Amino acid sequence: MINRRHLLLASGAILIAAPAAAREAGKPATAAQRWGLLIDTGKCGAECTICVEACKAEMGLAGHDRPRTDAQYIRKVNVKDPATGAGHSVPVMCQHCAKPACVDVCPTGASMKRADGIVLVDRHICIGCRYCMMACPYKARSFAHEEQTGQQPHLPRGKGTVEGCTLCVHRIDEGRLPACAEACAAKAKGAMLFGDLNDPKSEIAQRVAREATTRIRADLGLEPAMRYQGI
Amino acid sequence: MSSTTTYTQVRPYTRGWLALMAALGAVIAVALGAVFHMEHQGHWVTGMTNQVVWGLPHVFAVFLIVAASGALNVASIGSVFGRQEYQPLGRLSSLLAVALLAGGLAVLVLDLGRPDRLFVAMTHFNFKSIFAWNVILYSGFMAVVAVYLWTMMDWTRKRFYKPAALAAFGWRLILTTGTGCIFGFLAAREAYGAAVMAPLFIAMSFAYGLAVFILVLSVSFKMTRRPLGDEVSTRLLRLLGLFVAANLYFTALLHVTQLYFAGRSGVESFILLQGGLHTTLFWVGQVGLGGILPLVIAYGGCGHAPRKRAMMASILVVLGGLAQVWVIIIGGQAWPLDLFPGMEASSTFADGHVHDYAPSAWETMLGLGGVAIALVITTLGVTALRLLPAGLGETTSSCAGHK
Ligand code: SF4
Repeated sequence: MINRRHLLLASGAILIAAPAAAREAGKPATAAQRWGLLIDTGKCGAECTICVEACKAEMGLAGHDRPRTDAQYIRKVNVKDPATGAGHSVPVMCQHCAKPACVDVCPTGASMKRADGIVLVDRHICIGCRYCMMACPYKARSFAHEEQTGQQPHLPRGKGTVEGCTLCVHRIDEGRLPACAEACAAKAKGAMLFGDLNDPKSEIAQRVAREATTRIRADLGLEPAMRYQGI
Repeated sequence: MSSTTTYTQVRPYTRGWLALMAALGAVIAVALGAVFHMEHQGHWVTGMTNQVVWGLPHVFAVFLIVAASGALNVASIGSVFGRQEYQPLGRLSSLLAVALLAGGLAVLVLDLGRPDRLFVAMTHFNFKSIFAWNVILYSGFMAVVAVYLWTMMDWTRKRFYKPAALAAFGWRLILTTGTGCIFGFLAAREAYGAAVMAPLFIAMSFAYGLAVFILVLSVSFKMTRRPLGDEVSTRLLRLLGLFVAANLYFTALLHVTQLYFAGRSGVESFILLQGGLHTTLFWVGQVGLGGILPLVIAYGGCGHAPRKRAMMASILVVLGGLAQVWVIIIGGQAWPLDLFPGMEASSTFADGHVHDYAPSAWETMLGLGGVAIALVITTLGVTALRLLPAGLGETTSSCAGHK
């Protein structure tokens, strides 16, 4: 439940980190923006799954209680250093790469990158070949293994096509935060900072410039928009 | 030799012909039923998951597609490399190439999440995708081989014979390279991600294609009571041995390359030592039954008539080939993606541990359906057109492999 304190916190977070403005209807996304998240794993509790739950609710991901085939757009990965035993819990979702492997391999062009760097699947031309899932190093995609119910109007899911985190593109276009980041700020410690990496005045860009951040599997050179601190 | 070869059609509606077609038709009907079920219920009824996204249908499809390009080799040896003694086999070789490709593609398409969108796949092309290139390569292969076959059968088109043969030969090499690259270009998957996948796939195609060719040739000759000389069988068997050796060589090269890469030792010890079923299929199926044993049969002692030995070796190569494709496709996915190298990972999405996969009956039926489709096309082809030589040399029942 969201209480008053949380609501205030949430609105505060929005004031700090919200995108500059909503995109005008009918205006295309431009490369002027590069949306990303900076995730401070130090603030991310091992048991906390608030972002995961928020994502499920936002995207209407009602599971069928079949973990092997149910969709997950964001998950908490527990990482442990075998040498020291030190561990972290890291939220992992589509990394919205600048050079996405899924977009390269998709035969029909259903996997695509919007001008502002958000990687999406056009479910109207996805043939369900799952090559993008073979190619994604982050295992960020799910295949709709069965009929879907409880769909949200902004996310028409369909059996037989591939899906994944959209960075809540429908919210971003309205000038709102992705559901995970908003929920984390409201109900947890605000470990996720959302913003425009291309805007030098944005907090995310300034922190990325100032502080040491890493990207998962940076060695592959896909240039993800998700940055992590503390791993 | 080819100018003196007579080709005859296979007589339809005989008892054997009807039985064969009925049996194959039944397999296809069951496969279509399975497809209907899988598409209606969704892929959760298969053994495939969000971790192992390509399953047994892909094993069959890739095997058939790879074998298709290899099946054309016999024709190429005759026309591109001018080996006269292979020329009478060219027509069957071309037909088989088309039939196997059609069977493989059928499985691939029917396993799509949205097979009804095949038209989308044919009209939307992302030219960066090796998959999209393969769509073009596969359809082109059918067309090129069809023309090639025509030039073999129609004497008035003789002047196009050599160019068509060259085009088909070049095309098949590119096609198999493309199939290998489907895996070779996946940088994130530790089991692949090496350029050696392309030549490995070419070696695989040579072996599988010839094995299937030998089987179809021997069985169809036997069923239609055509004489098949020991000389032909011996020659094909020796060639099969060569291709099997090449496949083993590139397999070894792949694993040596992998062991050489720092950080790939995990996946290597998984495939080679600790992978359970995958390890067994690798050593017993792929290397033992599909590699060493056919080599022994091809070059070793001679207990049986060459035709029998060729059949035995070919069956083993086919089984070993299915095991090999399984190890590549399923084994490669069973090994988890390494998001945080050097760290231990776990999650609700099966990060950090080996993924299990057991094919469902539905997938198995679909895979076998692809084989049946290839055989139906082959049977119809040899029935409708004069593709099978009336006979090839003299048969002896005893061991006469040396000459
Ligand atoms: S599953 Fe869909 S989005 Fe993924 S590669 Fe195939 S067509 Fe593209």
